[in-house]
Order: sequence, then C-alpha cells, then structure tokens
Amino acid sequence: MNWLAEQFAALSPAVQATLWTVLIAMAAATSSALLGSYLVLRRMGLVGDAISHAVLPGLVVGFLMSGTRELWPMLLGAAIAGLAMTYLAEWLRRHAQVEAGGALGVVFTSFFALGVILINLYASQVDLDPGCVLYGALGTSALDTIRILGLDVPRSFLSLGAVALLDLAFVAVFWKELKISSFDPALATTLGISAIVMNYLLMGSVAVTVVAGFEAVGSILIIAMLIVPGATAHLFTDRLATMLVTAVLVGWIAAAGGCLLAVHFDTSEAGMISVVAGAEFALAALAAPRYGIAARILRGFAFAFRIVQEDVLARLYRLEEGVAVRDAGALAMHRPAAERLARIYLRARRQLTRAAGGWALTERGRARAQALVRSHRLWEGYLSEQLRLPLDHLHEAAHRMEHYMTPQFAEKVEERLVQRDADPHGRRIPPQPSP
Amino acid sequence: MSRPGDIQTPPAVELHDLTVAYHKKPVLWDIDLAIPEGEMVGIIGPNGAGKSTLIKAVLGLVPAATGWVRVFGESYASRRREVGYVPQRESVDWDFPVSALDVVLMGTYGRLGWCRRPGAAERKQALGALERVGMQDFARRQISQLSGGQQQRVFLARALAQNARLYLMDEPFAGVDAATETAIVNVLRDLKQQGRTLLVVHHDLQTVEGYFDRVVLVNLRLVAAGPTREVFTRDNLLATYGGRLTILDQAAETVRRFEDWLPQTGAEPPHSAARAAAPQRLLSPPGAPPPAQPQHGAAPQAARRPPGENHALP
Ligand SMILES: Nc1ncnc2c1ncn2[C@@H]1O[C@H](COP(=O)(O)OP(=O)(O)OP(=O)(O)O)[C@@H](O)[C@H]1O
Ligand SMILES: [Mg+2]
Repeated sequence: MNWLAEQFAALSPAVQATLWTVLIAMAAATSSALLGSYLVLRRMGLVGDAISHAVLPGLVVGFLMSGTRELWPMLLGAAIAGLAMTYLAEWLRRHAQVEAGGALGVVFTSFFALGVILINLYASQVDLDPGCVLYGALGTSALDTIRILGLDVPRSFLSLGAVALLDLAFVAVFWKELKISSFDPALATTLGISAIVMNYLLMGSVAVTVVAGFEAVGSILIIAMLIVPGATAHLFTDRLATMLVTAVLVGWIAAAGGCLLAVHFDTSEAGMISVVAGAEFALAALAAPRYGIAARILRGFAFAFRIVQEDVLARLYRLEEGVAVRDAGALAMHRPAAERLARIYLRARRQLTRAAGGWALTERGRARAQALVRSHRLWEGYLSEQLRLPLDHLHEAAHRMEHYMTPQFAEKVEERLVQRDADPHGRRIPPQPSP
Repeated sequence: MSRPGDIQTPPAVELHDLTVAYHKKPVLWDIDLAIPEGEMVGIIGPNGAGKSTLIKAVLGLVPAATGWVRVFGESYASRRREVGYVPQRESVDWDFPVSALDVVLMGTYGRLGWCRRPGAAERKQALGALERVGMQDFARRQISQLSGGQQQRVFLARALAQNARLYLMDEPFAGVDAATETAIVNVLRDLKQQGRTLLVVHHDLQTVEGYFDRVVLVNLRLVAAGPTREVFTRDNLLATYGGRLTILDQAAETVRRFEDWLPQTGAEPPHSAARAAAPQRLLSPPGAPPPAQPQHGAAPQAARRPPGENHALP
C-alpha cells in the first residue's frame, strides 16, 4: 500500500490528475452500471432519464439547507426528489389516466424547470454551476483533494466510491427481492415481497446514483452511463449475475477509455465517455453471439437455406410420385445457385444421391420429404374443409405453412379432417414417416 | 358472512359481493362465490371476461371496489404462505437473464422472507419440482430458449416449489401441446389427491368435464358456479359466451412467433405453435349450439365439433 502510494506520488501532477479522473469516472460507472442494468431489464430506460432531470430541485434544496458543497445533503435531497417524482408520475397515471410515458414526461420536466428556477432565484447563495450539473466536472473535481494515508485523494472519488459501495450493498442485500420484483412483480407481491416497495427503493437508489454520476458526465449524458452498459451486457449473457458484472466492466471501459481519449484529444470527458459507451454497444449489437445483428442475419440465411433444401426434397418426392414434371416444376424454383448449393449440402447430409440423369432421394431424404408433403397436403385439406377456401387458393398458403409444421401439429390437423387419405386435389396424403 | 350448512372448515376461497374496477370502470360485478377445499375448479369465460382479474382480486393484486375476499377464512395477507400462483405466461419478460432453475427457486422466496438467500435445501426442492414436471434436463437453460410448453411447465414447477394449499392458475394450458397438457393435468390431479385446492382458468371447453369437479362461469358477472355436471350446460355456456374467437389470427400469431424465434437447430418450431393454431378453441357464433354438450361425454372429437364451426370464420 505504502509502496503504491510512493509510486503514485512520484508521478507528475498531470498524470496523477488524469489517473484520478479515470478512477472517479470508474467509480461513477460502477454504480450507474449496476442499477442501470435493472432499469434495462425492467424496460425503464426512460425512467432513468426522467429521474436524472427530476433530482435537480432536490439538489438545490439540499444545497441551500446545508449551505455547503458537501455531497451528502445533496444526495438526500436528490433521493427525495426522485421518489417524489416516481410517486407523482404513478399517481397521475392511476388517477388522471395519463399514459405512463406521458405522466413521466409531465412530471420530470416540471421538476427540472423548478430546479432551474430555484438556481436562478438563489443564484447568489447557490454556487452550483448549472454547466457543471449539465456536463459534469470530472477534470476539476480531481483537483479538489483531501489528504488520506499520505495521499491527496479527490473528495469526489471518496463520495462516488461510497455511493458505489452503497449500490453494491443494495444489490447484494436485496438480490433476490430485486430479481423477482423485476422479473415477475405480481408473483413477488403475492409472496409478500411488495413490488411497489422494491420499485421505490430502486428509484431512490437511482436518484442518488444519478447525482453521483453528474460529477462524472453531467445530467445530459448520465443516461449513457446508466443504460448503455446494461443494454450492452444483456446482449452477451443470460444470467443476471454475469450481466451485472459485464455491465460494470463495460462501464469501466467507457469511463477509462473516455477519459484517456478526452485527454488525448483535449475534449470533454463526458462526451468521450458516452462515445466510447456507444461504440461498445454498437460493437456488441453487431457481434453478440445470440442477439447480435450478425447472428440474426446468419440465422435468417440459415432459415432461407432450409426452405430451399426442403423445396428441393419435396419436388423430388412429387416427381417420384409421378406428378407431371410441369406441375412439379412450378413448385417454387429458387435461384439456380441456391438450389445447387442446397443439393450439395443435402448430398453431404446423405439425403440426396446422384442418379441417372439427375438426382434421387435417399431413404433419409425421402422421409424428410414425405413429412413435408404430408404437412402440405394436410394443411390444404384443412384450409379447404374448414375455411372453405377455393382450390386455387390452397397451394400458396400450404407451401408456406409446410415449413412451420411439426409432426405433432400435423397430427392435430389430421384429426380435424374429414377426408384424411387425400388432399383436396385428390393426391394421396402420405403417413408420417417412421423415424 | 357465513354460508348455510357446514361452516366448520371455511371454504378455501370465499368472495362476497366482490366488485373490481379498473379506472373506476367495473370489470367484475358483485361476485358471490365459495370454493370448497380440496377440489379442482375451472374458471371459464371468454377473453376479457375478467378471469385473470378474479384471480388477481383473490391475491390482493387488484383492490376490491366493494365486497371482500377470504382465503381459508382469513385475509389473503395472513394466509399468503399457503397460496401458490401461476400467472398467465405472457405476464413476464422471458428474455430476463435467469435460468429455469432460478425461476423455480422464486417459488421458495415467500417462505424465506426478506434478504435471505435460497440455500441447498431450496435448490433441492426446486430441482425436485422441475423433475415432477419433467423439466430436470432444462434446469440450467435460459428461459427464452424454452418452448412455450416448457415455459409453462417451469411456471408450474415454481408453483410446486411454493408448496401451497391453494393454487391459483391462470391458463396453465395456454399454448401447450397435447403431451404437455397431459403432463400438467397429471401433476394437478396429484395435487388434488393430496387435498389441495386448485382454481384454474381454462379455455378449452372440450376438456372441461374431464378435468374439473366444479366450474365457475364468468363474463363480467358470475353466470353460474357449482358442480360441473349441473352447471356446465348449454344454456349457461350460451349465457357466458357472447362473442366468438377465430382461428385465423391464431394461425397468424403462430407464424409470427415462429419468425421471431427463428430456428437455431433446424426443423422444429416451438411447441406452442401446435397448440395455438389448433382449431379446437373455435367457438360457435351466437345462436349456434354450444361447442360441447355434457351428454356427449366421450364421443369422438369429430362428432363433438360444433356444426357452426365452419361459418365462424370471416
Ligand atoms: N390493468 C388494467 N387496466 C385497465 N383495464 C384492464 C386491466 N387489466 C384488465 N383490464 C380489463 O378488464 C377486463 C377483464 O380483463 P381480464 O384480464 O381479467 O380478462 P380475462 O378473462 O383474463 O381475459 P383473457 O382470456 O384474454 O385472459 C378486460 O376488459 C380488460 O380490458
Ligand atoms: Mg386472462
């Protein structure tokens, strides 16, 4: 510890200041990422934004009443303002029948306006720089230090660190309550874990956290710190604990990366932190294994490819049955390249083989094709018998549906049919192939 | 306040002149109802009839505008440990980052009280509950990667983990295939055998008589309640169902869900598809004979299909 302190003291003041800036931002990121994750899961991103504005009058009143720039009175004021806003918005929604988003909008803008008016009214006593609230003051707050253990520690690092620990304790102590009231508030309430109480506890903590976050990025960009890490983490994981840890890491990277980039380019830390957070999200959205856009596109291709395969198989099956080539050919030809690819793939999967003058189904391929044709014809029968669709309306619909039908569903449909052995065109409905 | 006849054991659920309103607009009017302990009771009614609201009112999730609710003769709050709840599946966000086991563990939270974490005993119990519904192999799976029927089983397992005396279940059979439905029914019958009371919102009129000892028919008001044989009649059903359902939007829904889900493994769409699109929920238009008549008993399915079905579609 001492050794570390000595090393640190040996650094040049500019580097020290930068390091402290990074640490302050990381402390703020810790608490915002933790609580923000819950906001993301509860689909309450807008609420985070609203609270970050609504706490302003609480800050001012806290400041006026304590007369100091100590953080704690302001945090208390903010928490009260945050809770008041939550309560009022809920009340409006309930009793004035204003829709939830609207109620929130009305209340938080009024609160924010009230805060601005208060600052202007008491401008002489409030040395609360509106610019600092809006844009954060990372650079300067690193300079306001007190001496601890032979080290000049910025006050804001201490207070933000304390808030981070507080939030960590909150999440740890109310782990199961937060989990169940976020996932299934109704069940939570019936079990005696009041979802309403949990909501207020969370909102109060968010208000406190948001004020702490002002220091780092200001009220405008706090939403980036609050929501983006959680949203990014959600793309990567499917366990709550992992998600929280990932969110904090994402927040740290944004905080550290943003501060360093800001120093490098000599621009605003708040802006850079948000930019880095946004970049992390974009990257995750593209690359995340399950929910990422890239993965989704791939899956889309996989699905399209499956349809091509199935159409190739079904067409061969119909040809085997002796359906006129002209009719069978009309069945969904895909682009030649796609069909060729599908045939290669199917051959590798041993569902197709080369045969004299073309292709033939293997045992396996025939079973798969038979299930498809069966689904197709059952659905045609269903549409014709139950929906009374004319004959020329059946094929398109069945051709689409066949790709979605499970054997179980096909069986259900069959149970409903009067004519079970042939479709409305008189073609045989094959039985379910044995596996 | 008390019913005539034996009042030695209070009913499992008793509603007295209960009216429930959303935004002052009543959706349930003046319900009087007593559910005796140890029975399996179906709540039947069309969409928007107030079935879920009825259950929520018993659980204290929505306030009563007038009237009162008793659970085992007392207020819900003092009996909550003895009540298990299976909400409608759509009521939660299945993208939530928890595993099936996590969800089942939530059933033990009520017993644990504030701030205590579930321990080894609870985990064992939760695993046991998963096993009872045949889901032990999916314990570690994130819940959005389960099919609709599997999700429903997880919900049921969670209720089992609550180990309650009275179970309130909101459409536990919605969107499950025949096999899952049978599995769920068997679990419910087990529970009944152990003397527990089950109050189950149910939509499939064809299975009502097979499943339930008693039925409660609601549509904004109580139409009838009592032993299935006496109450589940053509006239009562006609009085309960004013509107009709169509299969077409359900089929559209199936396809939409499928595409949201987009296959990862190939050929198998979610099980919910099978059930959601199954035509048996189709109801006859007003005036046509009701879908299921008690005297048909075990008649084959085709014969039970209401004659009006073909015309019920646009
Ligand atoms: N939170 C709510 N706010 C306002 N109205 C509501 C709310 N929940 C339900 N309603 C209304 O109350 C009525 C009864 O709803 P409920 O959910 O109890 O019906 P249900 O019988 O369960 O229907 P379903 O079969 O579709 O589940 C409906 O008209 C519905 O629109
Ligand atoms: Mg309902």
